Amino acid sequence: MKLPHDVSPAAFDRAVAGFKAAVGPEWVFTAEEDVALYRDAYSPLWGEPEERVASAAVAPANVEEVQAVVRAANQARMPIYPISTGKNLGYGGSAPALSGSCVVDLKRLDRVLDIDEDNASVLVEPGVSYFDLYREIRAAGAKLWIDCPDPGWGSPIGNALDRGGGYTRAQFRNHFDAHCGMEVVLPSGELLRTGMGAMPGAKTWQQYKPGFGPWIDGLFSQSNFGIVTKMGFWMMPEPEACLIGRIYADRYEDLPALVRILTHLENAGIVNGMPGLGSPLLQRRVPADPQGDNPNGAAPVDQALHDAFYAGDSALIADRVRQTGRACWSALVKFYGPEKLVRLQWQIAKRHFAAIPGARAGKPEIYGFPLTDAQLEKVHKPTFGIPSLSVFNFGIRTPNRPEPLVGHQAFSPVIPRTGEAIIEANRLFARVLKEEGLPVPPFSLPGSVWERTAMLIVIFPVTRDPETNRKYRSAMRRLIAESAKRGWGEYRTPVTYYDAVMETYSFGDHALRRFHETVKDAIDPNGILSPGRYGIWPRRNRTGGGA
Amino acid sequence: MNRLLPLAGAIFLAVIAIYQYSRPAPRAAGPQTAAKGVAAASRGQQVFDKWCAACHGRGPGHPGTQSLELRYKGDPPGALEDRTDLAPETTAAFVRHGFALMPPFRKTEISDADLAELSAYLAKKR
Repeated sequence: MKLPHDVSPAAFDRAVAGFKAAVGPEWVFTAEEDVALYRDAYSPLWGEPEERVASAAVAPANVEEVQAVVRAANQARMPIYPISTGKNLGYGGSAPALSGSCVVDLKRLDRVLDIDEDNASVLVEPGVSYFDLYREIRAAGAKLWIDCPDPGWGSPIGNALDRGGGYTRAQFRNHFDAHCGMEVVLPSGELLRTGMGAMPGAKTWQQYKPGFGPWIDGLFSQSNFGIVTKMGFWMMPEPEACLIGRIYADRYEDLPALVRILTHLENAGIVNGMPGLGSPLLQRRVPADPQGDNPNGAAPVDQALHDAFYAGDSALIADRVRQTGRACWSALVKFYGPEKLVRLQWQIAKRHFAAIPGARAGKPEIYGFPLTDAQLEKVHKPTFGIPSLSVFNFGIRTPNRPEPLVGHQAFSPVIPRTGEAIIEANRLFARVLKEEGLPVPPFSLPGSVWERTAMLIVIFPVTRDPETNRKYRSAMRRLIAESAKRGWGEYRTPVTYYDAVMETYSFGDHALRRFHETVKDAIDPNGILSPGRYGIWPRRNRTGGGA
Repeated sequence: MNRLLPLAGAIFLAVIAIYQYSRPAPRAAGPQTAAKGVAAASRGQQVFDKWCAACHGRGPGHPGTQSLELRYKGDPPGALEDRTDLAPETTAAFVRHGFALMPPFRKTEISDADLAELSAYLAKKR
């Protein structure tokens, strides 16, 4: 068993005894085979001495037990690491950031406390998964959609606190922005409610976000300042219809205009679903397009064509467009609302895209709700508020991949939402990967989860071979550093890279990190809560400790 | 599962590749099934519906089923509920150790008692 460098076996025993008193002995796990269940199955450090592993796990069933666990941890100065459902695989899973920490498994706090159809909001505990919430909303007969990530087995609270994203309207697919009100167990064990929840007997906890005074909710996202035990979320009322339209443009030079118009339409509220970009010519389809011509990776990669996209060889690309009849670029636009309205919005959007010479629109699809069984067989479910695990198709066994993947890690930088940045990022990432001795990937288009920005994601497999994993980790670190030189930063990262990413947010001689540390030391003087999470280390680990 | 992936081609740049799927999915097995009312189902089947069906349900669109179909070419079947060869220990081993992209499931998710029910449910046709 691994313990933090400054935790003695006797202190660990004291902590475990305190945890058992808090939650009952059956919910404290110390046996090797039980603790192994908390390993990060997708760890890029799997099997290496640096892999982040827990020393024990404790599973409280309610807020009072969470508070008792925190107090016991303080008494023994034992680091603890809360997880909600532990399913942010690729970003850490259920393992702690500091090896030897005790995981606080919140899965047993699994109640949907309120579904308010009139206010279109819910109040949930951290152990509730998107699947759970979906089931409960359906059982209640409420016509509310959830905005879920893909896969949907994680928790709304955990995903929002990691600042994950989804697929429907912008105000909901930014999961942290969609929250309204929190309950937090502070590192002292004290209980805090934010927003209107700070008022005893508040009637509008899930209706008005800020409350009174500084709005501190953000401090509890991507941090280690508290354990969130309740969180409200605004839900999307089921729309009458959803229209999905496609615009095609033939010239390589059209990308900047296409992106600019798409972004304006979204910012102006004309397009209210998640927009997307693709390339029919490269057979790179738009994410969440249920009618994509070809799944990414299904067709053999035409390297000469991809090289032309990297190089900006518009003459060669124009030839291929003529030969194949496939457009160079496609834009996907989605509209949710009354059918008459979404049809009108589509007409207006097409008028904007007509500014691009030769741009043309495809025949739109219109969906009404509930979806038919036939539609459910085809669509991308999260676009319609339905959780799914189908996304794991990306790594399963296929005829060309006889052994399935064992995990993945993502480099996911926020880049400007411009055509120029998209091309520049492709070129940079290809150069770095080539220098790292890795294959140059296909030219790709970014995702548009966040309003106003784009994310061009590089996915690396995680293997069970340390040497291969080391190579990918090296490439990840280079990508983080090279992107930062251009002012592009990660929105989220696997645990292994927390410090490397925080290092890039260095304005004012790391003023932001120093502020985090000041807060951390003030509210968690014993440094017990999630040391190292998102690159925030308590004082005890900043002086010779660390991971 | 421990074989080294070939490096070439094992990396890909993607448009939020984790959000993509490569084949149509017929239904979200867990919630859809639950909504159609399986109150009378055995505890083992309830555990299967909640924790396993979204990946291992019958029909296309279930990644676990698709992967097993490809591996066994239909014999045994890809869908776990159609298998007649699943010993309880086999189910328990996969649940607690995971395989490929499937992580292990913790005891706060599937308790030992629920695992026994699940294993018995999947072993029922042996």
